[in-house]
This record gives sequence, C-alpha cells and structure tokens, in this order.
Amino acid sequence: MKKTVTAFAAVAAAALVSTSLVAPATAGPALDKVTGKGFIQCGVSQGVPGFSNPDTSGNWTGLDVDVCRAVAAALFGDASKVKYTPLSSKERFTALQSGEIDMLSRNTTWTLVRDTALGLNFAGVAYYDGQGFMVRKSLGVKNALELDGASVCTNLGTTTELNLSDYFRANGMKFKGVFFEKADEVIAAYDAGRCDVYTTDQSALAAQRTKLKNPKEHMVLPEIISKEPLGPVVGHGDDQWFDIVKWSLNVMIEAEELGINSGNVDSLKGSSKNPGVRRMLGVEGDTGKNLGLGKSWSYNIIKQVGNYGEVFNKHLGPDTVVKLPRGLNNLWNKGGILYAPPVR
Amino acid sequence: MAAENSVIAEAEPPKVALWNDPQARALFYQVIVLGGLLFVGGTIINNTMDNLARQGIASGFGFLDTTAGFAIGYSPFLEYSEENTYFRALTVGLLNTILVAVIGILFATALGFIMGVARLSNNWMIAKIALVYIEVMRNIPLLLQIFVWYFGVLRPLPGPRQSINFADSLFVNNRGLFAPKPIFEDGFGIIIAAFIAAIIAIVYLVKWAHKRQDETGQAFPVFATSIGLLIGLPIIGAVVAGFPMSWEFSELKGFNFSGGMEIPPELVSLTLALSTYTAAFIAEIVRAGISAVNKGQTEAAYAVGLRPGPTLRLVIIPQALRVIIPPLTSQYLNLTKNSSLAAAIAYPDIVLVFGGTVLMQTGQAVEIIAIIMGFYLFVSLAISMFMNWYNDKMALVER
Repeated sequence: MKKTVTAFAAVAAAALVSTSLVAPATAGPALDKVTGKGFIQCGVSQGVPGFSNPDTSGNWTGLDVDVCRAVAAALFGDASKVKYTPLSSKERFTALQSGEIDMLSRNTTWTLVRDTALGLNFAGVAYYDGQGFMVRKSLGVKNALELDGASVCTNLGTTTELNLSDYFRANGMKFKGVFFEKADEVIAAYDAGRCDVYTTDQSALAAQRTKLKNPKEHMVLPEIISKEPLGPVVGHGDDQWFDIVKWSLNVMIEAEELGINSGNVDSLKGSSKNPGVRRMLGVEGDTGKNLGLGKSWSYNIIKQVGNYGEVFNKHLGPDTVVKLPRGLNNLWNKGGILYAPPVR
Repeated sequence: MAAENSVIAEAEPPKVALWNDPQARALFYQVIVLGGLLFVGGTIINNTMDNLARQGIASGFGFLDTTAGFAIGYSPFLEYSEENTYFRALTVGLLNTILVAVIGILFATALGFIMGVARLSNNWMIAKIALVYIEVMRNIPLLLQIFVWYFGVLRPLPGPRQSINFADSLFVNNRGLFAPKPIFEDGFGIIIAAFIAAIIAIVYLVKWAHKRQDETGQAFPVFATSIGLLIGLPIIGAVVAGFPMSWEFSELKGFNFSGGMEIPPELVSLTLALSTYTAAFIAEIVRAGISAVNKGQTEAAYAVGLRPGPTLRLVIIPQALRVIIPPLTSQYLNLTKNSSLAAAIAYPDIVLVFGGTVLMQTGQAVEIIAIIMGFYLFVSLAISMFMNWYNDKMALVER
C-alpha cells in the first residue's frame, strides 16, 4: 500500500511540476527581462577585429560592441551595463530565439528568410557591406572569373555560402567547398593551403587578414558579389524593445549628421540654437517618453559612446589595423548611403 | 466422495472485491502512470509548438522539400548540386557519416585487437609499446587528436600543382588523394555473377573441409583455396566478357584535380583519429576478455601440442569473445557518435551539413535536431542489434 501510494504521488508530482514549468518562454516582453536584469546580454562574434574583438585585457571593443553599448546607454544611462556572449555563425540565431541573449550584434546580414521564418527583427543597418574573395598573390589570379575549379574555404551557415554557390552557378563555374564552423578554423585552413580562396564579407576579409601569417602574400580580388547589410537583431514579439534598439542606432547616425560628437555634446547642450540639436540633447521636447525612456536617452548615447563617424574611426579608421574606407558607410549627403529617419 | 468434492471446491480462489484484487490494482496503477507520462510528454510538445508560433518561428517538416542553395564539399555516393532539396542534403550527410563510421569501426577493431594482444605479450618491449600507446591515446581528448591529425596530415603535403605523383595515375596533395575510378560497362554483370559464384563455392568448401577433417583428421588449405577462388573466378569472368572495365583518371585542371576517385584529407584525418582513439579502448576490452579465460585452457592447449599462435586463435579468443562483445558494442556506438566531431574539420557529415548549414538557413532547430537524434538512435540500435545477435551466436552452449 505504501509503495503504491508513493508511486502515485511521484507521478502526480511530476505532472504538477511539468505544468508549472510550462510557462511561456518569455514571461513577459523582452524589455521587462532586460530592465529586470539590469544589463543587456549582447551576442557578438568570436573575434572579428574592428567589429567585436576582445582586447588584451579581455574587454570587448568594436563597431558591433558599440551598438550594444549605445542601447545600454539609452536604457540604463550607463553604456557599461552590457555582458557579451561570443557566438559562432551556427549558434547565433538559436541563442537569440531561445532568449539566451537579448540582442545580436554580430555582422549579421538582413535577409527575408531571417526576418520571417527565423522569427527575428532587424533593427536597421550598422554597416553596408558586400562579399569578396581573398587569394594568394602567387596564384596569379586577377579577377574572380578565373576561379573555376578552385577550393574555397568559408564559414558554415552564412549568406556567404549561398552567395558563393549562386555566383559560381551564374557564371558556369565549379568550386569545391570546405566549410568550417569557426572563423579561426577557416583562417587556419586557408593559411595551411587547404584552399585557394577565402571568401566572406569585405570588412571581415580586411579584419581576418591581420590574423594571417604573411598578410602581404594575399590580395583581395576586386569583385563584390553580393549586398550584405549588417545590423543588430532582436527577436519577434516585443515591439518596444525593437524600437529602442532601432532608434539607438538612428541616434548615432543622426548625431553625426547634426555635427554632435562626444567632445562637443556638453557645450552644444548649453549653447546650441539649432532645434534639431536641442531635441536630440533633450533640451526641448521629450522623444524618450514615447520609447519608455528618460529625457536624456539620446544625450547619453552620444556622450558615452559617440556618434557613428567617431565609432567608425575609432575601430575601422585609418589609424587601426583594419583600415576600411567609409565608402558606402558615410552619410547620404557626404557620398554614402547612411540615412537615418528624423529623430523627432 | 463428499470430502473430495469439498476439497476441490475450496481449491478455487474466493471471489474478492475489485479493489482488493492484486491484478486489477496493478492494471489501474499502470494506466494512471501511463496517462501521467503521456500528459507530461504531450504538454512539453504543446508548449514548444506554442512558443515557436508565438515568436513567429517556422515549424513543421515542410522545409525538407525546399531547394538547398548551398554546396557540399564531398559526396561520393550521390550526385548533389545546389538545386537539390534539403532532404537530399540530409541523405548526403547521412551517407558520409555512415562511411566514416564503417571504416572507423573496421580499423579500430583490427588495431584494437592487435594492441590488446600485444599488451599481454611475453616480449617486454612489445608489451610496453602497447601500454604507452593505450595510455596516451585514451587520455587526450578526441577533439585535440582530430586537430593534430588534420593539421599533421595537411601541412607536410604539397599543393595541387606540386603533387606527389605515382605513375601519373595516383596523386597525393593537400586537397586529397586522387586515384583512377573504375567505370563499369555493359558486360560487367558476368564478373559480378562470377564473384557471387566464388563466394557460394567457398561456403560449401569450408563445410566440406570441416567434415573431412572431422572424419579423417586431414587438414585442407581452406584459406589459400578461398583466396584463389575469389580472385580466379572473377578474372575468368572478365576474360570471357572481354574486360568490360575502363578507368577514369584524375587530371589537374586549373586549381584542382577533377575526375577519378577523390579521398579528401578531412575523411582521412577523421578516420585515423577516430580509429586510433577507439582502438585504445578496444585494446583494454580485449585484454580484459583474454584475461578472463581460465589459465588452465592455455596450459591444456600447450599440453595437447598447440603452439601459442593457434592456441590464441582457436582456444582463447573464441572464449574471450563472450566477455569482449558487450563492451565492444559500446565502443562502436561511441565511435559512431564521436564522428559528429567532423564539424570541427569541415568533413560534411550529418551534423555539419544538416545540423549546421540547414539549421542556420531555416532556423528550425527543434525539427532538425530531432531528425539528427533519430538518425543516431537508429544507427546505434542497428549496431547493437547486430552485435547482440552475434553475442548470442557466441554464447556457451551448456549441455
């Protein structure tokens, strides 16, 4: 009798526990979770110089990192309230879908399938990029159309893989693909001579080139074979959180257009007569209220992180190892295509 | 008469209430436990589907019919290109995994048996070499061993334009081993028929030879005759059919070799790493099995006049197999599952192709991982079923 009672009780307990565990995956909007925690869990890459790379003391720096810091500055008033999770190209979306990270800022290309079937929302474009090829100079190849039959190394599960297949198919060429999970493994195999070509986004080519044994022996071919708009990503299901991330990025771009940077923001706050500047710095109006943030949300972003041009120069500019030209990533009125909607 | 009747009448069990009947009670509780388990399982599945729907993530198995759009680096059994479906990509990955598992199991068993017997050798040098091998390979994590083999195989090999060349038909470089591929033309059926005839002849030969040895004590060179039949009959068939086979050679075109048979360095290093690692474990199992056989068996075999070689082969190992086979099955399953580490060196097995690329392109993690788990479960169950059948065949038949 005692044995059957305990068995019965065990099954009943298991059933009850399972119903209580069956709470919905997010016990409220994503924003509640972030404000409850007090920090943002930001998904970054496993080390792409200039975008998200740990420095020698273990602090994360880069353009993608600064986008996360901008959101933290807007939300908490403190750009340091971010924790970073390095993710491979395979894990990045599952981590976001499952709620392990709050936002993904990891050189991720905005595509239709990712926006819909994967249940993600892209909060704008932080970097307009395109895919290119890197080969050894000793191969004597001048352009990508000479690459028929080559072995190509790249990352697993990225738009790079698909674009590569499309390009070679469209031009009637064949290739042998070698696909690795981690960027470091791709570089190691390319350096060891396992493949003739390394392909990924142009910005990553410039960044990863610094990790090769002899960067001077390699050249980037002139072709850009795809459009890669890279931007921060959040999950479906929380419009307010989506808006906050989106408008934090827009503030960075708009600030550069208005001529505000982290150096002059304090003096402009006191002295500027320009209504656009006054609204951006919280002197007039209250854009933060509609986002559920305080009055100085945009001021905090510019003061603690900087405007887009400052951030670009700091991580990708001519004084860095990556040295990327601004190219498309300049303001719309300076020859590029960065065009932020008005922050008002 | 009446006393007998009353005894018989009392022998029937008395009628009891349903709740006191032990069998009815057992049935009742089993139904409740089963219902509870189904409820827990159903709730989990329901919860998962609800959450997927709420976040707008696609679900269901319809994605298997979508065009893949990506290439797979190595597909020796099936033709595959970017226009095929995800289902075809799954099949390619599946076959690649099975290829690695089969080759790995064969090599690991052979090497493991040799090392296990060597460990028990009377020769001090051989025993110590085997000991060092076993201890080193067992204690280093498999992923590290795979990297060592991969870069160890890759680095010394030259690029395709400077390949190591054997008789202009066999090429070795850091893109792989390139050998001529046989192309089977029309008359090849005769050779296959001859091969099958040879196998049937060998089966009858073995039976006849054993019967003759039982009756007259004369041994017959079965092994040599079988090899002769296996090679000779198909050759006769080839001569009759006029050698219906041509070879496709590999040629260097531009960057790489094309045509012919290709064995990529990923496959070679993965198989070597898996085999040597698992062989160390199998060696210990073999040693345990051999030690479990009574020493009296060896002494009796020597007393009868058998040398150590045939003693091991005819007396010890058949008895040791009973102890060896169950843990050996576990090692085979381990090897099959460890092959999923192929993702670290870009060998396109099921985890890399399906669980990596397809998962990233479709985002349907739940369905894809379920399919991969189902595949590994199926392969593992097939291996254990076969090994259990073999184990039963080897069991001691008590008289």
